Amino acid sequence: MSQLQGYAGKAKQLLEKAGVKIGDEIKVVSGKGEIRGILMARYELADPDYIVIKLKNGYNVGIRVVDGVKVEKIADAEAPAFRPPPPPAMKPDLPRVTIVSTGGTIASRVDYRTGGVRAALSASDLLSMVPELADIAQISAEILFSVYSENLTISHWRAMAEKVNNLIRSGEDGVVIAHGTDTMGYTAAALSFALQNPPIPVVLVGAQRSSDRPSSDAATNLIAAVDTAANAPFGEVVVCMHKWHSDDTIAIHRGVRVVKLHTSSRDAFKSVNAEPLAFRTKAGLVLNDSRFNKRGGDNYQFSPTFDDRAMLVKFYPGMPPETLQILREKLRIRGFILEGTGLGHVSSSFIPVARQLVEEGVFIGMTSQCKFGRVNMHVYDNGRDLMRAGITPLDDMLAETALVKLMWSLGKLGENADREAVEEIMTKNLVGEMNNRSLPTGWC
Amino acid sequence: MIDYKEVGLKVGLEVHRQLDTSKKLFCDCPTEAVEGGRVIEFRRYLREAQSELGRVDPAALFEAKKRKEIIYQANTGNVCLVEMDEEPPHPINREAVEVALIASLLMGATPVDEVHVMRKIVIDGSNTTGFQRTCIIAVGGSVRAGEKEIPIQTITLEEDAARIVEARRREAVYDLSRLGVPLIEISTAPVIQSPEEAVKAAKAIGDILRATGKVKRGLGTVRQDLNISISGGALMEIKGVQELDLIAKVVENEVKRQLHLLEIAEELRRRGVRESDLAFNPVDVTEVFRNTSSKVVKRKLAESAHVFALRLPGFAGFLSLEKWPGIRLGAELAAHAKAWGDVEGIFHTDELPAYGISPEEVEGVKKALECGGDDAAVLVVSDEHSAIEALRAVLERAKEAIRGVPEETRAARPDGTTTYMRPRPGAARMYPETDIPPMTITQEYIESLRRKLPPTLEETAKRLQQKYNLSRQLIQQLIDQEVNDIFEHIVEKYGVQPSVVAATLTETLTSLRREGVAVDELPTSLFDELFQLLKEGVFAKEAIRDILAWVAANRGKSVVDAVNALNVRAPSREELEKTIDELIAKNQDMLNDKKIVSRLMGDLMKVYRGRVDGAVLNKLLMERIEAARARG
Repeated sequence: MSQLQGYAGKAKQLLEKAGVKIGDEIKVVSGKGEIRGILMARYELADPDYIVIKLKNGYNVGIRVVDGVKVEKIADAEAPAFRPPPPPAMKPDLPRVTIVSTGGTIASRVDYRTGGVRAALSASDLLSMVPELADIAQISAEILFSVYSENLTISHWRAMAEKVNNLIRSGEDGVVIAHGTDTMGYTAAALSFALQNPPIPVVLVGAQRSSDRPSSDAATNLIAAVDTAANAPFGEVVVCMHKWHSDDTIAIHRGVRVVKLHTSSRDAFKSVNAEPLAFRTKAGLVLNDSRFNKRGGDNYQFSPTFDDRAMLVKFYPGMPPETLQILREKLRIRGFILEGTGLGHVSSSFIPVARQLVEEGVFIGMTSQCKFGRVNMHVYDNGRDLMRAGITPLDDMLAETALVKLMWSLGKLGENADREAVEEIMTKNLVGEMNNRSLPTGWC
Repeated sequence: MIDYKEVGLKVGLEVHRQLDTSKKLFCDCPTEAVEGGRVIEFRRYLREAQSELGRVDPAALFEAKKRKEIIYQANTGNVCLVEMDEEPPHPINREAVEVALIASLLMGATPVDEVHVMRKIVIDGSNTTGFQRTCIIAVGGSVRAGEKEIPIQTITLEEDAARIVEARRREAVYDLSRLGVPLIEISTAPVIQSPEEAVKAAKAIGDILRATGKVKRGLGTVRQDLNISISGGALMEIKGVQELDLIAKVVENEVKRQLHLLEIAEELRRRGVRESDLAFNPVDVTEVFRNTSSKVVKRKLAESAHVFALRLPGFAGFLSLEKWPGIRLGAELAAHAKAWGDVEGIFHTDELPAYGISPEEVEGVKKALECGGDDAAVLVVSDEHSAIEALRAVLERAKEAIRGVPEETRAARPDGTTTYMRPRPGAARMYPETDIPPMTITQEYIESLRRKLPPTLEETAKRLQQKYNLSRQLIQQLIDQEVNDIFEHIVEKYGVQPSVVAATLTETLTSLRREGVAVDELPTSLFDELFQLLKEGVFAKEAIRDILAWVAANRGKSVVDAVNALNVRAPSREELEKTIDELIAKNQDMLNDKKIVSRLMGDLMKVYRGRVDGAVLNKLLMERIEAARARG
């Protein structure tokens, strides 16, 4: 980090000339008088000609740098330290759970000195912040990487899958992955296909409020995640987040069925076309579905290869069908998931393009932008024509899950796979991503 | 009489007042309650967060130790996801910043160049986030309290907290409607030297805030916090003094309390009591009370509580010592026990035997604790965990009694006494609100505000007096009762006689209030309706008082409803003329008698009092008599 983070222009020059750095105690003298305080980092988007200092009463104020303003150093910075209280002792008879940190809000905290968010918390940080964890499991923790989830790629999915696979082999009773929430649904789907029928729970967990805030949902989500990892009767890849605005119920969603449906609320994640697998309340874990892969089963399959030459395309009225062709040519796309309208439609103008792409061996699967419900392309003429052109309906699969499944299928089948083989995998339920029975939704 | 100069009294004020902006400080919710919204309830837990210095704030730790479950009630009429802590705050409300800047300029303060919103950790549940958003708008300036110039330290803008509905043992219920309403806070330097001066300074600040014309009025919109210290004592932060008049009493009581504690400290030291003598050896004395006839203890023991006792060596006699009413060390110990241990209270040997506890039981306790003649014992009846926590707090507080006066945050009670709330927070509990970008305040903007500063209340009083030709006293009443704006609005809009409006808003309301009629809850719109109908002649001004009393008692009903229910609707002119003509006809023989007017007027008023303005009736009567005479 720069010694004058966020500063530019006149303010930076003035500070450099005074030989001060962020955290130093300084004195700023201007026409309005003299102000003392600690030099703070500058918010990058803000007007450059200001100096921010923290006053003795704890408040920050910005001082405009104009001619005649002087800066003087009073004292060097006191090294800031995150001094968590000592973590509680581990209890040797409890299940073993490893928390793998990959980044995001849950694994970050504010740098109090600058106000910026800093990533990564060690196991002891987590334990000292959430000492209740020590009563649930013997916790190990490691930082796999520290990435905003929108920056994740298939190589990160692979790295996570391999990490979990190693932990399964080494006999952990459960794994928790701390993850940024933005793409946690995608990762959950990816791990669901890469780690099929795992013998232990693999629990993704995030937070919508950073863990340095007293109201953070990180602790309650994490406690539920560790409890699930340690004690759930299933071996499934799941996502563990608030059920609603209250802190008292955490929903445990199937990885292939969950999607982030709200930008900011604690209850952003919802199971779509399925009920959550379980809930965690004050009373502990409560199963909500009896169909799951049992913990300790022996049909575990590890297959961590993805091919990202697949694309999710959302159809809209008037969309030029050539879009698909251009993408295919420019990006060497091997398969498309269409997010069509209603029961699974795109404009009939797509028919010739679709037919040609399919003939070239490109897989085209149809999901619905309705999110809820199942595609059915037999109901209308256009649907039937689109199917005749070679578009494959993907039942009640979430569009995001379908994309991830397609990437996984392409990776698994390899470069020379034919379209029919891809179609066969895509239309077969592997880990609960498709279901032939549609039930009324339980939440509103 | 206490010589406040001699005891070295220093008081600093923090005056808080809600701003009357259309929207809240960090979202677009209205600042007033909205009828008929949907109410949802949700539960939250708050955790202590580390401060930027790597330390947990003492005040935050205190609340965290209690770890209550919090239930929030959100009415979607004026609560959105921002107050629920489910959506990041929107940029700061510019209207609120402008009001704060105007107030700053009126006090001669210097606005900051750039406003930075901070998070101040508050984890009692009153803020869903666990912090209160606050920012400095200006520094410096002053107000005049009598002859004295009181310097202002800071002028800040913050979000008001949620209102507590109910505090249960392990739960607290809050209503979120108030959360986020802009609150201005004016902090003075601690230079105030007497209770009276404190009142004057608070009044002066209040007057300036009101001059902005953008502050809310009524119950709960103003709150004064006091920082009080005396020489040799400690800095005390006293929260939540709602009424101006109570300030003097709170200051006086706090001085007495500190003097009392200082005296006790001296006596304890003289007795040779040292902190190291105070050891934490609580003893379970439940057996002593096995056959107690104390109802309180019996009831608690039946709930399987225990009695724990702690020896306070050398403290005998000091716990109940009461030089001024209500000020006792025992009360301080009890408040700490309640606050930290969540127990109902304590017993101590200075006040025992009492409450049904027998002399034998007291002796039993003393024996169990091996108390000497100078030793006191404190008892707590509760579950073991709470009792131990409570006694630990008692011991810590007792140690401080030897040193003198501990710094505390205390809550003001309506009688002017105060009670322990929590330890004083450090400056460490503040960190930047990273979700809100800083807001620059340009010089040009400040100059534009400076050019159109509103008049002070003094200037307003002069103007009103001249314009409406009312007595200075009546004008002052309008201003002191914060109804001058409504007064002007109504007179200008409906053209009602100023004296009638002024009398209604001052004398009538005051007298109704005194009778316990809830006139302060009447919406402003009701006065609009009242005076519009009065102007239209729907009823006579004599009926105003009854109408106000009726609508205050019948919430949600209109003035028209009141007029109908009270049967005060004015008769039509035709009806009046007809009645008068008939009356004149009946008294034909008196037609030329001079007394006919007063005579018939008396008869008419019996029928029309409160429904027709007397003057109007009189005029009409004269007209009709003239007409009758003309007809001969």
